[in-house]
Amino acid sequence: MKLNLTKVVNGCRLGKIQNLGKTGDHTMDIPGCLLYTKTGSAPHLTQHTLHNIHGVPAMAQLTLSSLAEHHEVFAEYKKGVGNFIGMPESLLYCSLHDPVSPCPSGYVTNKSVSVWGGGGRVEMTVSKFMAIQQALQPDWFQSLSDGEASCEEAISIKRARKSVDRTLLFLDSCLRLQEESEVLQKSSIIGVIEGGDVMEERLRSARETAKRPVSGFLLDGFQGNPTTLETRLQLLSLVTAELPEDKPRLICGVSRPDEVLECIERGVDLFESFFPYLVTERGCALTFNFDYQPNPEETLLQQNGIQEEIKYEDQIKKIKTTGCNQKMTSFEINLKEKKYREDFSPLVKECSCYCCKNHTRAYIHHLLVTNELLAGVLLMIHNFEHYFGFFHSIREALKSDTLAQLKELIRRQASGELGNTNLTLH
Amino acid sequence: MAAGAAVPTSLESAPRIMRLVAECSRSRARAGELRLPHGPVATPVFMPVGTQATMKGITTEQLDALGCRICLGNTYHLGLRPGPELIQKANGLHGFMNWPHNLLTDSGGFQMVSLVALSEVTEEGVRFRSPYDGEETLLSPERSVEIQNSLGSDIIMQLDDVVSSTVTGPRVEEAMHRSVRWLDRCIAAHRQPDKQNLFAIIQGGLDADLRATCLEGGTICDLEMTKRDVPGFAIGGLSGGESKVQFWKMVALSTSKLPKDKPRYLMGVGYATDLVVCVALGCDMFDCVYPTRTARFGSALVPTGQLQLKKKQYEKDFGPIDPECSCPTCKRHSRAFLHTLLHSDNTAALHHLTVHNIAYQLQLMSAIRASIVEKRFPDFVCSFMNTMYGDQTLCPPWATEALASVGITLS
Repeated sequence: MKLNLTKVVNGCRLGKIQNLGKTGDHTMDIPGCLLYTKTGSAPHLTQHTLHNIHGVPAMAQLTLSSLAEHHEVFAEYKKGVGNFIGMPESLLYCSLHDPVSPCPSGYVTNKSVSVWGGGGRVEMTVSKFMAIQQALQPDWFQSLSDGEASCEEAISIKRARKSVDRTLLFLDSCLRLQEESEVLQKSSIIGVIEGGDVMEERLRSARETAKRPVSGFLLDGFQGNPTTLETRLQLLSLVTAELPEDKPRLICGVSRPDEVLECIERGVDLFESFFPYLVTERGCALTFNFDYQPNPEETLLQQNGIQEEIKYEDQIKKIKTTGCNQKMTSFEINLKEKKYREDFSPLVKECSCYCCKNHTRAYIHHLLVTNELLAGVLLMIHNFEHYFGFFHSIREALKSDTLAQLKELIRRQASGELGNTNLTLH
Repeated sequence: MAAGAAVPTSLESAPRIMRLVAECSRSRARAGELRLPHGPVATPVFMPVGTQATMKGITTEQLDALGCRICLGNTYHLGLRPGPELIQKANGLHGFMNWPHNLLTDSGGFQMVSLVALSEVTEEGVRFRSPYDGEETLLSPERSVEIQNSLGSDIIMQLDDVVSSTVTGPRVEEAMHRSVRWLDRCIAAHRQPDKQNLFAIIQGGLDADLRATCLEGGTICDLEMTKRDVPGFAIGGLSGGESKVQFWKMVALSTSKLPKDKPRYLMGVGYATDLVVCVALGCDMFDCVYPTRTARFGSALVPTGQLQLKKKQYEKDFGPIDPECSCPTCKRHSRAFLHTLLHSDNTAALHHLTVHNIAYQLQLMSAIRASIVEKRFPDFVCSFMNTMYGDQTLCPPWATEALASVGITLS
C-alpha cells in the first residue's frame, strides 16, 4: 500500500491510498470514510439496496465485537470474512469495538482485552486475538489495544501511562505473531495511539508506535460528547504531528460532520460512518447542505427564508428537548413530525439517491408511524449517500482551496443558525 | 339460467379480464393471463401481501426484480393510517408506495374475524373501534368501496360478512345471504368500474349447501353470485381453523360452480402444498402472509419444506438456502452467514429471507404454470409431492384425496 499526498492545506491532507487489498489494485481517497457495518452487513441493507447507493467507500469497517464470538465458524470456513459476508470485492478493516455501543470499562488486563457481542463477553489474549484475525483475514485490522483510559471521567496519569504501555506490548506481540503467520502476510496492522488526555503519554504513544512497522495509525480516545472533543482537538494536533506523513491516520468514535472537519484540519484521514446510522435509528434524515457554492439566486432565497426558518426551528427545538430526541442534531430532520404527513417532496430536493428519486417525505413518515421495516431501509440509503456526498465535497473543496467556505457552511448549520437549509423555501 | 347447469356461463356484458392459455386435460388446472390496468399477470399467480403500503423490508425495485406483477394492500389498515384522502393526494396507492405494477386490495372484512373483539356486525356494516385512537368507524359496503376507489387498486374486493370457518349454525347462513346483499351494494357504489375490477367473494363456511346456494341461488329466489356482472370471484371464508378435508371439499365445490372464463381467487392460501393442490382444483390466484411473515422469524422456504435458519445446525452450513434458487440471497449468501446475521440486531437478515421466500413462491407458480402449458402438470404434481414429502405415498391424505378427485393419482 502506498499513500500519495496530492496536497496539504492548513493541516488537511488530500490524497489517495493505492495498491490496497489482496490483489493490490484497490484505491481509497482521503479524506474519506469507511462503510459502517453491523455483523458484517451494512445496517438494514442487502447487497441490492447497498448497491443502490452512489459513492459507497472502497473499504468497509467490521467490528470484532460482532464477529469474535463466531471465531470457530470463520476458522472452519477458511475463506475469510469478506467471502463469508458476501462482500468479496470490498476492502475490509476490522476494528476492536463498535463505535455505537459503548464498552463497559474495567475489563482490560495486562494480558487480555474484552469485547461484547450478542452472546456476551469475549475475552481475548493476544494469541486469541491474532487467531481470530487469521480466520477473518481482513485487509486492515487495528492492533489489540487498551482504550479504557478514555472511558472514564477523570483519567489519572498512571492509568494513561498503563494504557500506552499495554497497547505497545500488545502491538509488539501482534506484530511478532503476524510475522509467523503466512495467512496474515497480506493483512496490515494499524497501530493504536492511546494515552487519555495526558499530553506526555499521548506523545509517547505516538512516537513509540511510529517506530513500529505498522501500516497506519488509529487515534483512539478522542470520542465522547461534543465538549470533550473540543478540549481534545489540541491534543490531536500534537499527536498527528508526531506521525509519519506517508501512513494513513484513522480516528474512531468521531463521525459528526462538524467534528469530521475539525479532525481533518488536524491531520486525520479516515473516519467511521456510523453517524448516518444513528440518524436513521432515530427516524431522521440528513438534510444538511454541503454545497458551499450555491448559485446567487438560491443564496438570496435562502437568506430571505432564514428568519422564518429560525423561528420555526426554535419552536421545534423546545419541543424536542422535552421529548426523547435530545440527541438529534441540526444536520437532520425528524420524519416522524406531523408536518411531513402530507409533504410529497423528497427528503432532500437535489439528492439523487434511490430514496429521494422514488419516495416522498409523506411516505417515509407513514412507514415510521406504522413501524414498518422499510423506513430503516430507505432512510439508511439516503443517509449513507448524503454522508458519502459530504466527504466527496470535502475532497473537492480541498482540491479547489475552498474548504474554509465549506467549513463555514457546516458551522452555521451545526449552530442552528441556518436552520435546515433545504433550498425549497416557499 | 338453469340451476345445476354443468358449465356455468356469465352474462355477455360481464368484463372479461382473463384469457385462458392452457388447461390440464385431467385436472381442473388452468394457465392464463390477466389483463389489468397496470399490466398483464400470468396465472396461476401468488400475490405477496404488503399490508401497509410496503412489502415489509424490501423495496418496490426489489419486488419488481423478483418478477412480482401484483401484490396486496390492506384497506382496513390503510383506511386508518394514513387514510384514503392522503393516499388519493399521493396519486393513489400506486403513487404513494411507488409500485408500477398491479395492486389488489381486500375490503377490510377479514379483520372482522381476526379482530372480532373490536367489531360489531349489523346489516349496515361493521363497526370498528380504531386500535390507534379509539375512534369508532363504520365499515359499510359503500365505505369500503369508497376507500378502495381512493386507493385506486386494480382489483378491489367486495365487503363480505366474514365468519370464521369454525363457526356453525344460523350465523353462517346469515353471513352468506348478507354477503350477497353487500355485493350488490358494492356494485352499486363502485365509481370506477373501468379502472378497478370488483371481485365477488363466495361465502358459506363449510356447509356445502350454503356454499352452493351462495354460488347459484336456491329454488326460490335469484340470489346467486355467479349471475352478478363481476370480472372475477374470490373463494372466501376458508384458510381459517377448518380441517384440511373440509377445506379442499369447499374449494372443489366452489370451482365446480364458478364460471370458467373468470379468474378464481382463493384468499389466504399460501403453503406450497396447498397452492399445488388448489391449482389442480381450478384456482388461479392466491395470497398469503405466510411466506413474508415466516421470513421475519428466520424461516426459509425450500422444496423440502422450510429451514429454521436460527438453529445451531446451520451455523457452519456454507451452502445457499437452495442451490437451485436464483434469487439474490441464494446467489450470494450462505446459510451460515444468514444464521449469524439472524442472531444479530441487523434487520438485513430479515430482508434477505423475505426476498428468498417471495422468490420461492413466485418460482413455484412459474414452474406450475409451465407444466400446465407443456401438458405435464400431473407429473409435476407427483414430482413436487415426492420432493416435499420424500415419497408420494407420504403426501398428506387430504391432499392425495383432493388430487384424486380431479384425476391426479399419486402412485
